Amino acid sequence: MPTTAPSPKLSTAFEQGGAPLSDATASDSALRRFLFGLPGVDAVGLEARAASLGTRSIKTTAKAYAIDLAISMIDLTTLEGADTPGKVRALAAKAVNPDPTDRTTPRTAAVCVYPDMASTAAAALAGSGVKVASVATAFPAGRAALDVKLADVRDAVAAGADEIDMVIDRGAFLSGRFLKVYEEILAVKAECGPARLKVIFETGELSTYDNIRRASWIGMLAGADFIKTSTGKVATNATPANTLLMLEAVRDFRAATGVQIGVKPAGGIRTTKDAVKFLVLVNETAGEDWLDPHWFRFGASSLLNDLLMQRQKLSTGRYSGPDYVTVD
Amino acid sequence: MSDRESINGSAERRLGVFKTYKLYVGGKFPRSESGRVYEVTDSKGAWLANAPKSSRKDARDAVVAARKAFGGWSGATAYNRGQVLYRVAEMLEGRKEQFVREVAASEGLSKSKAAAVVDAAIDRWVWYAGWTDKIGQIAGGANPVAGPFFNLSTPEPTGVVAVLAPRKSSLLGLVSVIAPVIATGNTAIVIASSDAPLPALSLGEVLATSDVPGGVVNILSGVTAELAAPLAAHQDVNAIDLTGADAELAKELEIAAADNLKRVRRPQPVDADGAADSEDWTASPGTDRLTAFLETKTVWHPTGALGAAGSSY
Repeated sequence: MPTTAPSPKLSTAFEQGGAPLSDATASDSALRRFLFGLPGVDAVGLEARAASLGTRSIKTTAKAYAIDLAISMIDLTTLEGADTPGKVRALAAKAVNPDPTDRTTPRTAAVCVYPDMASTAAAALAGSGVKVASVATAFPAGRAALDVKLADVRDAVAAGADEIDMVIDRGAFLSGRFLKVYEEILAVKAECGPARLKVIFETGELSTYDNIRRASWIGMLAGADFIKTSTGKVATNATPANTLLMLEAVRDFRAATGVQIGVKPAGGIRTTKDAVKFLVLVNETAGEDWLDPHWFRFGASSLLNDLLMQRQKLSTGRYSGPDYVTVD
Repeated sequence: MSDRESINGSAERRLGVFKTYKLYVGGKFPRSESGRVYEVTDSKGAWLANAPKSSRKDARDAVVAARKAFGGWSGATAYNRGQVLYRVAEMLEGRKEQFVREVAASEGLSKSKAAAVVDAAIDRWVWYAGWTDKIGQIAGGANPVAGPFFNLSTPEPTGVVAVLAPRKSSLLGLVSVIAPVIATGNTAIVIASSDAPLPALSLGEVLATSDVPGGVVNILSGVTAELAAPLAAHQDVNAIDLTGADAELAKELEIAAADNLKRVRRPQPVDADGAADSEDWTASPGTDRLTAFLETKTVWHPTGALGAAGSSY
């Protein structure tokens, strides 16, 4: 029994005045009214629902399907100060061919790097179908002038990025300047051109579930192609509860506008068990339409190795070990 | 009122407090992931306690814990490992009474004989504590080579070792197979004797309080064959000690172990059924079990030009 289903109040928020969603962003106060008109999150119910969905037992053929699906949804990520072109090329090779001993292993969805590594990644991935995702907008803090952020985005797109992962201005969001956050996303979206835009909220810094719901709606209203939990650089990253909340947001947004938006939990998802729990959340909340790499991604690096080890266990019957996957 | 009477020590009998025996994995005391237990009886068939009946997933978790602990434990100085092993002996000494009781019940020994077994087990820890910083000199050294090189061999731990504890000697035999494995820097997953697992599970409590880092020794109880099969086939286990396996099981496990070239220590066939059940655990153990789980690293180092005298050694 979903405890956080959209309340009637949400639909009335849309119905007020005919074209409600364009009205919602007409001014700072209208946006605030809209965001505060969203139904409050039942935190206890949300966490209980996320926990109960995490107890599903996924075995044998369903598990094999889940593992392959999860691999194909990974944005294989390296966002370190110590990244080198060699490391990015190695990661790209792994994305294209995750398990060299088993060519039936699917490719990952994308490789996620800093903008200065985007050209290296694009060259290494050319023709493979694996996308290049680049973080931008002064990732991870986002503390820079708008011009600088836009230049960062331009740079990444010019270098061949197919997807841009931007961070929102949490300082503006937490001090209530919602329209500033909204307009910044709009500006970045305009700069992206053909590249898909993922908007990172850094849920670990937003304090409350209500804030995460509000941030999700700002992102969706501003034209994000994906909403993403976190940068992976703070203590609390993707959790089943905050991902469930964002999945509800994209489900409600499609119901209200007909526009489908993707979700990407990132950071802290390290095991196959965790990944399968997220897939259960997707299926039970947003629905089957989102069980596709185009609409759901995992931002992860070590997750892939665990998925590969589990895959080897399923195909050979023997437990595999870290000696049989690459050290990234 | 009846409560107060019992506190005051009236004739009312006190309710016993039974111990829940648990596994020892990664420095923690979990129940089996499967939630199963089995009845453990004494040598005459009377019920002693319920022990966890581990599943292959418990075995898998134990391997993860052992692998995680390997870096720190193998990297610790031999001197430090010796101190830790000696500390185990100290802790065991302090809980002697409990172990005398458990060994007597498990093996059907008299109290005095059980006490002698526990004493021997404590001394076995001390014996292996002394070996940690000496085994390198025995198993390694400088090799004479025909060339201007120093050629040095040094033993290194094999890695994660699965140990099938002896089936009958529930404490002395157990200590005699665990201590040599960890003395050299390996980490161990121990499958306790299926019939007499209680001293092994209690030994976990001793290890947890004696500076042995979590995950260095992991103790599982249950059906030996059920746990040994996934461990023998596990790609992240580097060696297996088949002491507690009968001839048939040992053969099966050896075949499974060949897949990733595990180092295998076969049971010494002293019984009709091929297991080492009547191995004399009181005898001086020698270095055989220490050297069974070592790899030799050899280093060639140029000596530089030989002088006019023909040697710069």
